[in-house]
Amino acid sequence: MSSNSLPIPDAIDSTKPTSGEAWLLETLHEWVITVDHKKLGIMYIVAGLLFLVLGGLEAVIIRIQLLLPHEQFVSPEVFNRMFTMHGTTMIFFVVMLILFGFGVYLVPLMIGARDMAFPRLNAWGFWMSTFGGILLYFSFVGGDGLYGAGTAPDVGWWAYAPLTSRAFSPGHSTDYWTVALLVSGFGSVAIGVNLVATILSMRCPRMTLARMPLLCWLYLVMAALLLFTITPLTAAQVMLMVDRYLGGHFFDTQAGGSAVLWMHFFWIFGHPEVYVLVLPAFGFVSEIVPVFSRKPIFGYPIMVAATVGIGFISMSVWAHHIFTMGMASYSNAFFVLTTMAIAVPTGIKIFNWLGTMWGGKIRYELPMLFCVAFLFQFLIAGLTGIMLGSAPFNWQLNNSYFVVAHFHYVIVGGILFAILAAFYYWYPKVTGRFLNQTLGLWNFWLLLIGFHLTFDFMHFAGILGMVRRIYTYEPGRGWEFWNVVIGVGTLFQVLGLSFFAFNLVWSYFRGRLAGPDPWDGWTLEWATASPPPEYNFSVLPEVRSARPLWDLKHPEDPDWKYQ
Amino acid sequence: MSTSPATFPATERQWTLPSRSRVGMFCLIAAESAVFVIFLVAYIFYIGKSLTGPTPREVLEIPIFNTVCLLSSSLAIHFAARALQRGKTATFKLFWFLTLALGAIFLFGTGREWHRLIYSAGLTISTNLFGTTYYSLVGLHAFHVLAGLLGLTIVMLLALAAKVTQEHAEHVDVFSLYWHFVDVVWVVVFTTVYVVGR
Amino acid sequence: MSQLSSTLLAVQMSPTNIFAPSSTPADSIFRLSLFVLAVTGAIFVVVFGMLLYAAVKFRSREGDQAEPLQIYGSANLELAWTVLPVLIVMVLFLSSARVIHAIQDARKPDGANEVTVVGHQFWWEYRYSQYGFVTANELHVPVSDQIRPTPTFLTLLSADTDHDFWVPRLAGKTDLIPNHPNRTWIDPYQTGLYLGQCAQYCGTEHAKMLLRVYVDSRADFDHWIKAQQQAAQFNAGMSPEATEGRKVFERTACINCHAVAGTIADGRFGPDLTHLMSRDTLAAGAAPNTRENLRAWIQNPDTIKPGALMPAMNLSDKEFDQITAYLLTLH
Repeated sequence: MSSNSLPIPDAIDSTKPTSGEAWLLETLHEWVITVDHKKLGIMYIVAGLLFLVLGGLEAVIIRIQLLLPHEQFVSPEVFNRMFTMHGTTMIFFVVMLILFGFGVYLVPLMIGARDMAFPRLNAWGFWMSTFGGILLYFSFVGGDGLYGAGTAPDVGWWAYAPLTSRAFSPGHSTDYWTVALLVSGFGSVAIGVNLVATILSMRCPRMTLARMPLLCWLYLVMAALLLFTITPLTAAQVMLMVDRYLGGHFFDTQAGGSAVLWMHFFWIFGHPEVYVLVLPAFGFVSEIVPVFSRKPIFGYPIMVAATVGIGFISMSVWAHHIFTMGMASYSNAFFVLTTMAIAVPTGIKIFNWLGTMWGGKIRYELPMLFCVAFLFQFLIAGLTGIMLGSAPFNWQLNNSYFVVAHFHYVIVGGILFAILAAFYYWYPKVTGRFLNQTLGLWNFWLLLIGFHLTFDFMHFAGILGMVRRIYTYEPGRGWEFWNVVIGVGTLFQVLGLSFFAFNLVWSYFRGRLAGPDPWDGWTLEWATASPPPEYNFSVLPEVRSARPLWDLKHPEDPDWKYQ
Repeated sequence: MSTSPATFPATERQWTLPSRSRVGMFCLIAAESAVFVIFLVAYIFYIGKSLTGPTPREVLEIPIFNTVCLLSSSLAIHFAARALQRGKTATFKLFWFLTLALGAIFLFGTGREWHRLIYSAGLTISTNLFGTTYYSLVGLHAFHVLAGLLGLTIVMLLALAAKVTQEHAEHVDVFSLYWHFVDVVWVVVFTTVYVVGR
Repeated sequence: MSQLSSTLLAVQMSPTNIFAPSSTPADSIFRLSLFVLAVTGAIFVVVFGMLLYAAVKFRSREGDQAEPLQIYGSANLELAWTVLPVLIVMVLFLSSARVIHAIQDARKPDGANEVTVVGHQFWWEYRYSQYGFVTANELHVPVSDQIRPTPTFLTLLSADTDHDFWVPRLAGKTDLIPNHPNRTWIDPYQTGLYLGQCAQYCGTEHAKMLLRVYVDSRADFDHWIKAQQQAAQFNAGMSPEATEGRKVFERTACINCHAVAGTIADGRFGPDLTHLMSRDTLAAGAAPNTRENLRAWIQNPDTIKPGALMPAMNLSDKEFDQITAYLLTLH
């Protein structure tokens, strides 16, 4: 499938000498001081995958504890730490880090640039983010001092006040949550600044915004969103520290302060945050589906408009997380309206992906398999989101396992599947080798089965009244069966992801060699060697449309004639 | 489905993109604005809600002099940046120093105000909701002034060592955007705390 | 299948099934949810079907290397699939808004029953101000007649962190937030015991802050009220062990947290114990109210509910036996 007709020169052989006495130290040193976006991208992704193992372990502990009513696998204290750490880890240190990694790696390549706008800021952002994660996990030993055997945060990943006040959270476990996220938050804002500046200021000649790959648009909106999303959390966390250590009263209900204020501030961060997570996933799908359907993305302009629309509307829906908090009826109604409204641009995207596949010649390589699963699963996730967006229905469903099922449907069924598609698609570019097909199929099918066993049936536990964040439950409420099925599904997911992890490592050494353009793609990253040389491009193709390589490969039928 | 071929322009416009440092600075300003908005919202939300303790009206004195200093420093940095653009390094150094001095006076004035509030008026960050929100908001701003002063000082020292030339005009201009931002924030904070909230 | 039998089936599946409403708020939500499910179900069938069709129909054929027709978009199609969702959004919004208003802005009728619920870590305090007494953990309300509704309006407060009152068959959930009073209401259609639990993470024993709502007939409810209004009755036939137990109770720290009406015990930090033995469970539903459990609880609450805020009182076995005997007299 690689094209031989493109004038892609071979990379200059700049392999470092790997023999010699200090090659390990030299290699480590090179990676530690690097400001190269490709290396940093890989480092982000590897860090995210390491945290995935930790977050996954926490999930397994949770599911074992909940297999049976009144199970005593772990104590309530430990369980509460597990679900807090699981949520915090997965959102901030797995999905965000992996998505940052892909963005930082791909965006400069796709816009024909040499590196990000601020390479040193890029490195700083990585180290801040990673350090935040390490600090969070240090809480297991440091939270209460070693003599207290250490405690990780146990206040839930939203850390509602006043549970987080000194009165109800003595010791330092909450402080680890606060400071770790504060620190990694600086890293996130740095990435936001860097991505916006890169996309606006570093595009190669003739690549107008209208000719940018959709992935870059999605990362642009995501980065802009980061600037306005993380900062409210940072502000709220500073306020929490003022309360805890300077005697402040921001959330001190005894002094007239408001617990509700924390809820609003947190969700003003928390909702756009989930769009930060999902927009890059949309970006991956928007690149992969066209290539494997052999058609351009259906409706590029409206996809851009929908993306920008989602970015703006996402800042107005936050209180749908707190419909049960007791806002006035007209406030609740307002947030129902905005929440339903955001379904419109999101739905448009699904239709446009469908329109891309329609009339195409779909090749079911692994990236496409994961994308098709994404489409089905994201559709369902969106529909349960609409259910949750209707405030009265929400008054029953909120804080139950229905919500847990919904957001895992988005994050695992949607985002994780899109991330895996991205791995299978771009791994050849990053390493020069394909991921193994057989291992990949085991990965896909095991994960698919496990995902559906766990999260389809989880909806029913919620409908039958099972509350979330409980370390055990009463028998006789009809929840036992669902919890067992959920547990079995977890096993399948762990197996599926284990195949993936193994595939990553195995294929690095033994994968089938891939050339510069293994999938017959159309965007600029395929116009250089695999892996790309440090300077990215020696020759840039002419950019006259959103698919420069299509134009080159099909001079009789180029895009720019029709756009 | 559009199938009509478009004619391609014969001459190309020059390919210019916004300067990345300018874009980066605007992004930083956007992010910082969001932080300030949250502290402002908290301040406004808690106006009149303190259960005890001194009220703004009882203890706050409007900092006219400080404000004039800070806003003048914005003017000074503007002149400094313009001077450097024209290669007038001496004028640049003069106005840069003026910016630094006026900013320092503002910070010093804030410190004196806080000293009076804490020791004479009995208002601390833990006294009541007003105290908490006041010191946090004004403190956040003062922190940003301090950061700006640090940057101003570094550039001042470099300028005195004759390292800052006309080449750096663009960088100095981008830095001045930050300083202007700090000033605009002060206008908002001032209005909220000393005018509306009293 | 009739409405009743399908409800019974649903209840058999689970006593906390949101689709087995037995009170107007829960029922309004149930009806709305059916509508929302119908709309989303229809969307699902159509879009899922089209995705499936496209995924199967447009597979590339073996050996076919030619590229398909490159189509960039269609203004008409894009307009259609923008306008239609907007209409659906309007419909869903309006139907939701109507139910929001009906439930949240419902006027409290004269003669409605009122209870103030105070959430604690990890138990429920119920203050019946209309009748002048306080109880804990088991809420009694009168059944409401369809013709002559006697709803119960609950004022929701919190003494410490955030909690949430959720009894799925009776109403949607509402938070209990310190310094932010909330209000909810129920008008149960049938007598019986309705279950639920705290639905906002509130600390270590969030999982065992269970809810038990006893919907009584009017007569039973009045009877219960009368009994609760009485102070603790100590008759002459009280055993010496129980008498001694009362002395121990009243001279140790018990009275700092607990109240027994008619005695010197008037602590408000823990549940009111005046009519402890009228309750079926202990520790907010964590254990059945039996002699053994009561004895175990007061010796060391962590054996039943690790993390509960009641400390293990370091008394002697004899004193624990005596206190248990005393508590068993509190009917």
